Amino acid sequence: MSATDGFTAAPPAKLAVQHVSKWFRTPRASVQALDDVSLDVDGGEFVCLLGPSGCGKSTLLDIIAGLTLPDKGQVLADNIRVLGPGRHRLVMFQESALFPWLNVFGNVMFGLRRAAGLNAAQQRQIADYHLNLVGLAKFKKAYVHELSGGMKQRAALARSLAPDPRVLLMDEPFASLDGMTREQLYFDLQRIWEERKKTIVLVTHNVREAVCLGDRVALMSPSPGRIREEFAVKLPRPRDINTAEVAALAQRITSALKGL
Amino acid sequence: MRRLLIPAAFFAALVGLWKAGTVFGGWSPVLLPPPEAVVEYLWGALKDGSLVEASVVTLERLLLGYAIGVVIGLPLGLITSTSDIFQDTIGALALGLQTLPSVCWIPLALLWFGQTEAAMLFVVIMGTVGSVVIATSAGARSIPPIYARLARTMGSEGFDKWTRVILPASLPFLVTGMKQGWAFAWRSLMAAEIYVTILTGFGLGHLLHYGRELSAMDQVIGIMLVIIIIGLVTDKTLFAPWERFMHRRWGTGVVQ
Repeated sequence: MSATDGFTAAPPAKLAVQHVSKWFRTPRASVQALDDVSLDVDGGEFVCLLGPSGCGKSTLLDIIAGLTLPDKGQVLADNIRVLGPGRHRLVMFQESALFPWLNVFGNVMFGLRRAAGLNAAQQRQIADYHLNLVGLAKFKKAYVHELSGGMKQRAALARSLAPDPRVLLMDEPFASLDGMTREQLYFDLQRIWEERKKTIVLVTHNVREAVCLGDRVALMSPSPGRIREEFAVKLPRPRDINTAEVAALAQRITSALKGL
Repeated sequence: MRRLLIPAAFFAALVGLWKAGTVFGGWSPVLLPPPEAVVEYLWGALKDGSLVEASVVTLERLLLGYAIGVVIGLPLGLITSTSDIFQDTIGALALGLQTLPSVCWIPLALLWFGQTEAAMLFVVIMGTVGSVVIATSAGARSIPPIYARLARTMGSEGFDKWTRVILPASLPFLVTGMKQGWAFAWRSLMAAEIYVTILTGFGLGHLLHYGRELSAMDQVIGIMLVIIIIGLVTDKTLFAPWERFMHRRWGTGVVQ
């Protein structure tokens, strides 16, 4: 099977983050992680949440995922309020979080086995298709410790995409990779996004990465976490992170970041 | 080949030292019988069936007691891992049980159950449960929380999460805990067999005990050897496959 004879993808979901606030209470203090954050993401849009450490961007992603509930405000996915994690919003973390007791194929099958309405043959077919999509077809029998950092993230991407979620949430997925691997993955992620048409929210602290990948970059500021400014990125795709256009916009955003 | 020859030479050298001790050491053969006397005893006991019978009786007790200990200890360990309250109560109790040498249960077991199989089983179970609880709970607690978060988003909750994520993720700790539980069960049973004299089954511990009563040192040493060999063989057959599986999957096990 080639990577192009795709399966029909579920329509990408529209997200609405409405006036979300979140506090974290420790025994000694209460810290406000998010303050009245609102953000709309169109179906099939690729939005990057950009900001320094501690600006609440990962917390916001957790709230969209339903892994954390907001203290105020709400998140709507296709106009339905998010009250917990769901298979239509899958998360990819900074560490691959692949299960070491399963091989690559088994990891990709994990979500599929729990998806409704698929028989075993279909599950295997879909898993193979996604392994092909991320370029890991040859490594389906490999165990996690046998993979490089980049391959682990590819496997994690295949695992998140296979159950056909409507939204893909990515929490600094490339932060622990070396530069060359990362640049290859920027191309691959753009290609896969075009092919599978997912709504993607990606958290990063890398300005150029945000510009290279996002249709829109939401710049966040810390203590308490707020969305300060949004930048539309209207550059043709696929984008190369090393081009002058990407660098120029990244420069503008960096200045805005310093002005916070 | 090397992996076989070197250990063979090592143990042959040990037996050689032993033999030399009996020849040149000047000890009474009643206290230190030569290797061939022990082999002779073992051969005789093997031929008249008493050795096999005692081993079977002992292993039956061991497997039953160990299995019950694991069946009690595993869920308790998982429960213990879920909250600090359980950790401070069940966990503390298990730790206390584990630090108590299992031979200390024998007086109590004898008074409660008398000279019966139940007394023996009780001692083995009490010796096993603590270490299984502690290993399981430590294992479940050291799983990266990201696994549980991932499982939740993928729709794996409750029983499915425990059996498909938490248990396999804690496998490295579980195997260690099971092994430790096995070692504790084995020790407890030997103590029990030496102190609990019953007529329902004559185990290896009893042979050891009567060897001492009869001052039959060849029997004492012979049975000790059998106990060691059974311990080694069960370790290799019961746990080694799990460890190999784990090392292959996790990429652990080779220290260089």
